[in-house]
Amino acid sequence: MTAPQRDPILSVRDLSLTFRGENGGLHVLDGINFEVCPQDFCCVLGPSGSGKSTLLRVLAGLLRPTAGEVAFCGSAEKPRIGLVFQQANLMPWRTALENITLPLELQGVPLEEARSRAREMIQLMGLEGFENTWPRDLSGGMAQRVAIARAFIQQPDLLLLDEPFGSLDALTRERMGAELLQIWQERQITVIMVTHSISEALLLSDRVLVFTPRPARITLDLEVDLPRPRSEDLRYTARFGELSRRLRAAIQES
Amino acid sequence: MAEPRRLTPARLAQRYGRWLLPVSILLFLGLWQLLSAPGGLPAFILPSPVQFLTRFGQVLADGSLLRHLAVTLLEVLVGLAAGVSSATLIGYLLAKSRLLEKLIAPYLVASQAVPIVAIAPLLVIWFGPGLFSKMLVCALIVFFPVLVNTIVGLRAVPENLRDVMHSMRATPAQMLRYLEIPAALPVLLGGLRIGATLSVIGAVVGEFVASNRGLGFLINVGRGQYDTALVFVAIFALICLALSLYGLVVLLEKRLLAWQQRS
Ligand SMILES: Nc1ncnc2c1ncn2[C@@H]1O[C@H](COP(=O)(O)OP(=O)(O)O)[C@@H](O)[C@H]1O
Ligand SMILES: [Mg+2]
Repeated sequence: MTAPQRDPILSVRDLSLTFRGENGGLHVLDGINFEVCPQDFCCVLGPSGSGKSTLLRVLAGLLRPTAGEVAFCGSAEKPRIGLVFQQANLMPWRTALENITLPLELQGVPLEEARSRAREMIQLMGLEGFENTWPRDLSGGMAQRVAIARAFIQQPDLLLLDEPFGSLDALTRERMGAELLQIWQERQITVIMVTHSISEALLLSDRVLVFTPRPARITLDLEVDLPRPRSEDLRYTARFGELSRRLRAAIQES
Repeated sequence: MAEPRRLTPARLAQRYGRWLLPVSILLFLGLWQLLSAPGGLPAFILPSPVQFLTRFGQVLADGSLLRHLAVTLLEVLVGLAAGVSSATLIGYLLAKSRLLEKLIAPYLVASQAVPIVAIAPLLVIWFGPGLFSKMLVCALIVFFPVLVNTIVGLRAVPENLRDVMHSMRATPAQMLRYLEIPAALPVLLGGLRIGATLSVIGAVVGEFVASNRGLGFLINVGRGQYDTALVFVAIFALICLALSLYGLVVLLEKRLLAWQQRS
């Protein structure tokens, strides 16, 4: 994709974060700089414990950085943010449908409208028949679909995904990745996704940021110029192999 | 006919389980009748089932049983409502502020070390022998378990669900309504269940100290006149009252906590 020069929707400048604690606390993020353009799909790779989740929590406004700033630009000065964790984190006292309507209820959308929009999401995510199921009765993949629907329904300016498929089996994981890609293309939203999997990152994203171990810095900012629409077959192309080698090297040498 | 190999107790219980309760009640009544039959224990020690039923019919017919029951019920309900609402409110504040908890908790715990039976006469001296002092005894006895459950329930709200709510920009009021109350509800209802039975005890204790109405008063009257059948009737009414309250809370739990039950 040869994108024309676009204004970023998000810019992160010199972001540092130290958790307070004994002997100087825990230095987790160390001068992170990057920008994300509208409708980009951006993946973050890095060793576990390096601070990827912490970065997303800062972006979502759940944590305040120690230094630096997170600026949302243009139309999205007070952006809506959808956040999906590795665990679905559904409200166990709400049915699947009620979990999806929750963000709309919090925004004061009338219940009837919220319900009908949630039913659209149910269709989009292939959750028909599970509307009135309690979370405890949903499989891991189904629960994660509900969590993604809950993030999508508020039409977020920025969607943050923290290893969203990490707790799923490999087959479900591939299928959910493909579904996510399809919705991303239809809805044209901006995504930042943390993942452990190099091939998942390459199959989904326009760009991959690689983190060093803690304190995290960005050691590689790789443009993924694979053609879209992408399919699993891309795995066997030479370009895929080359990009995947570069990512692996960056992770290993850091 | 193929007899099952062996009748273990478990198999017996499974087969004849539904007969167990009626049979045990019949046995109980039979034993009771036997003990209180002519030649057995005198009526002022143990009235017979027939005497009990006769006395029951009498106080039911002249309306006195229902009148006293209504008074006790009123004390219990008002006391329970007051105790539960104040305990929930204070529990919420204590759950939110560690400082406040450190400040107030010692007094609350100390207050629990004083038996309610010992405070009841004091409350009657202060607030007179009317209904109010009984409601206060109810409220006090209900207060502590509900308070503890409120704090425990609110503290146990999962941190990751808090994050979900924050990421959706929930206001503090929305946090309470959409997360904290439903998450704490199982524990809150547990407190209410304990409170409901305790508050019946509170009312009777209050009425024992000084009163001219209520089931506790009825027991006092029966005792004074060696009308033991009347004492039995009043106790029976109290048991029914406590069980109905308990049943109501259980019903409420079934309705509100459907998401917890296995489907
Ligand atoms: N609230 C917190 N307080 C103190 N330390 C934390 C907190 N949250 C995370 N950490 C620590 O920060 C480091 C980075 O965590 P995290 O961002 O979850 O890593 P990643 O998602 O890359 O695996 C870890 O060592 C973790 O223990
Ligand atoms: Mg993480």
